[in-house]
Amino acid sequence: MSATVQEMRSIATKKEKKRGVHPVILAIVWIGAFVWLIPIAGAVLTSLRGFDDFNARGFWSIPESLTLDNYVRAWGRMGINRYLLNSFVITIPSLIGCVMLASMCSYALVRFQFKLAKPLYFMFVGGLLLPFQMLLLPVFKLSNDFGIYNTYWALIFFHTAFQLAFSTFVLRNFMKTVPASLFESAMIDGAGEWTIFLRIAFPLMLPGIASLATLEFTWIFNDYLWALVLVTDNALKPITTGLANLRGQFTTDYPLIVAGSILACTPTLIVFFALQRYFIGGLTVGATKG
Amino acid sequence: MVQVPVRTINRQQRAQRQFLTILSFLALPLILYTVWVIYPTFQTLLLSVTDWDGLSKTWNYVGAENFNRLFSEDPFRKSIINNILWIIVFITIPPAAGLGLAMVLNTDVKYDRFLKTAYYLPLVLATVVAAVVWAQGIYNPRTGLINTILSLFIGKSAFEIEWLGNPNLAIWSVIAVAVWRQVGYVMILYLAGLKTVDAEVLEAAKMDGAEGWTLFRYMVFPMLAPVTTIVVVISIIDSLRSFDMVNIMTRGNPFDSSNVLANYMYLSFEDYKMGYAASIAVVLFAISLVFIFLYLREVMRQEEAA
Repeated sequence: MSATVQEMRSIATKKEKKRGVHPVILAIVWIGAFVWLIPIAGAVLTSLRGFDDFNARGFWSIPESLTLDNYVRAWGRMGINRYLLNSFVITIPSLIGCVMLASMCSYALVRFQFKLAKPLYFMFVGGLLLPFQMLLLPVFKLSNDFGIYNTYWALIFFHTAFQLAFSTFVLRNFMKTVPASLFESAMIDGAGEWTIFLRIAFPLMLPGIASLATLEFTWIFNDYLWALVLVTDNALKPITTGLANLRGQFTTDYPLIVAGSILACTPTLIVFFALQRYFIGGLTVGATKG
Repeated sequence: MVQVPVRTINRQQRAQRQFLTILSFLALPLILYTVWVIYPTFQTLLLSVTDWDGLSKTWNYVGAENFNRLFSEDPFRKSIINNILWIIVFITIPPAAGLGLAMVLNTDVKYDRFLKTAYYLPLVLATVVAAVVWAQGIYNPRTGLINTILSLFIGKSAFEIEWLGNPNLAIWSVIAVAVWRQVGYVMILYLAGLKTVDAEVLEAAKMDGAEGWTLFRYMVFPMLAPVTTIVVVISIIDSLRSFDMVNIMTRGNPFDSSNVLANYMYLSFEDYKMGYAASIAVVLFAISLVFIFLYLREVMRQEEAA
């Protein structure tokens, strides 16, 4: 299935359906969309009002005045800035490691004919759907044994390894669409496999890598369970467990917590809106959440 | 005569070199994956028949004791029932809504990009953020949206409804948030699937007079069958994996009424009941295995078709 064939088909189907949608159905879709946005809109509104105003009138009222004060307090005093930094320190190396290793793996699984190629591929596919709980205790124990429990490294190593399944799945299928003749001609020119990988295969995989990286960034950045299990030191916590922690501390100051929550998802939202096409592309290739 | 052995040596050498090349690409990823994923999977199987406390260097073999205790305890029963409820909701509502939305948004609807974004935006938010926003903004008895709206109709008594604190409501309130995140995801999968539906076949069916519901029921839906298989398997796996929402919104409270296996497992881990926690993980794994095989079979079929 080449992209162009798919595109041609979709254009064809679009032309087919010129008749349009029943207005009642369309109305339902629009109402649904606004209902879907209500919790997010409400959160944005709440984050912009003062605590007293909020306390007197409740979540869903017209605010007396708007203020950025909650954001300022959340950023500095609540330490959202540090939690966010921790999240980046964990996410970026995991992402790079995972993409590099998965592209090597995918190249080998597609380029070379060997008996284990298929079983290895299916091992990764099987790993996609593994319940995380199956790994929780041994990973906790391993990180203790390696002396990396309660450090960034525990999360970096684990995310890199665990996300290999999904990444290899996506990139291997992407590699399959690259014509083998491209590599053969480089072989004839005397290039070694690593040269072919770095100079030809990796650049060709870049569109796939873009989709994959967008998705993986969101997943690793939003991870909650592993951050909860592997990092207990408050100074090292990423934004997800950090936010949960703050919620326990500032239970009644909702505008503050909600402002913190919005700050917490800003990086993923930026990545998402900037790279939306890639994000959707990745989701549909893999068709599974990691 | 001399050339024959030389050639075999060459072939052997070439095979050896080929092997080393493959190894140079695969060694690092495979070591990492084996240490952090394959080995832990087997170790959990082992731990489930021990009394490990999480701190000791050793453990005792206790046979099926963890499982016997597990099956006789109330939180486990409640968790598994909630997981089943979650699955039932997840394989019906989001697929139906997602497919419906995809059918509508696959046509020339105005502002379709805005509509699509509205539906899958929740998916991008961290579950922590989604859980916090819902718990405070929607479900809070005193200030939340639902009770505020209800109070317009039934008066002040509406503020006494505890959406997350009432044992009969808690699990449904949590599942609702999960559905909110899932619908857009399923929609994306179906939108991608619709692009592969063969326009020529549809054209032929229309020539034969098929349209509207008939066209959907007998042509489009069957052609989307592979997507539906994937959607259902993923929905079930996501239901079994559900942890963040429950852990943040209710921690399984009140009285385990909103507990699920993944959260129950985590709570046992927090209590240093490691062997017991492992046995819960194994139950989860056993259920998942059925669907992992279904998924693998679908992927293998696509592999052979390609």
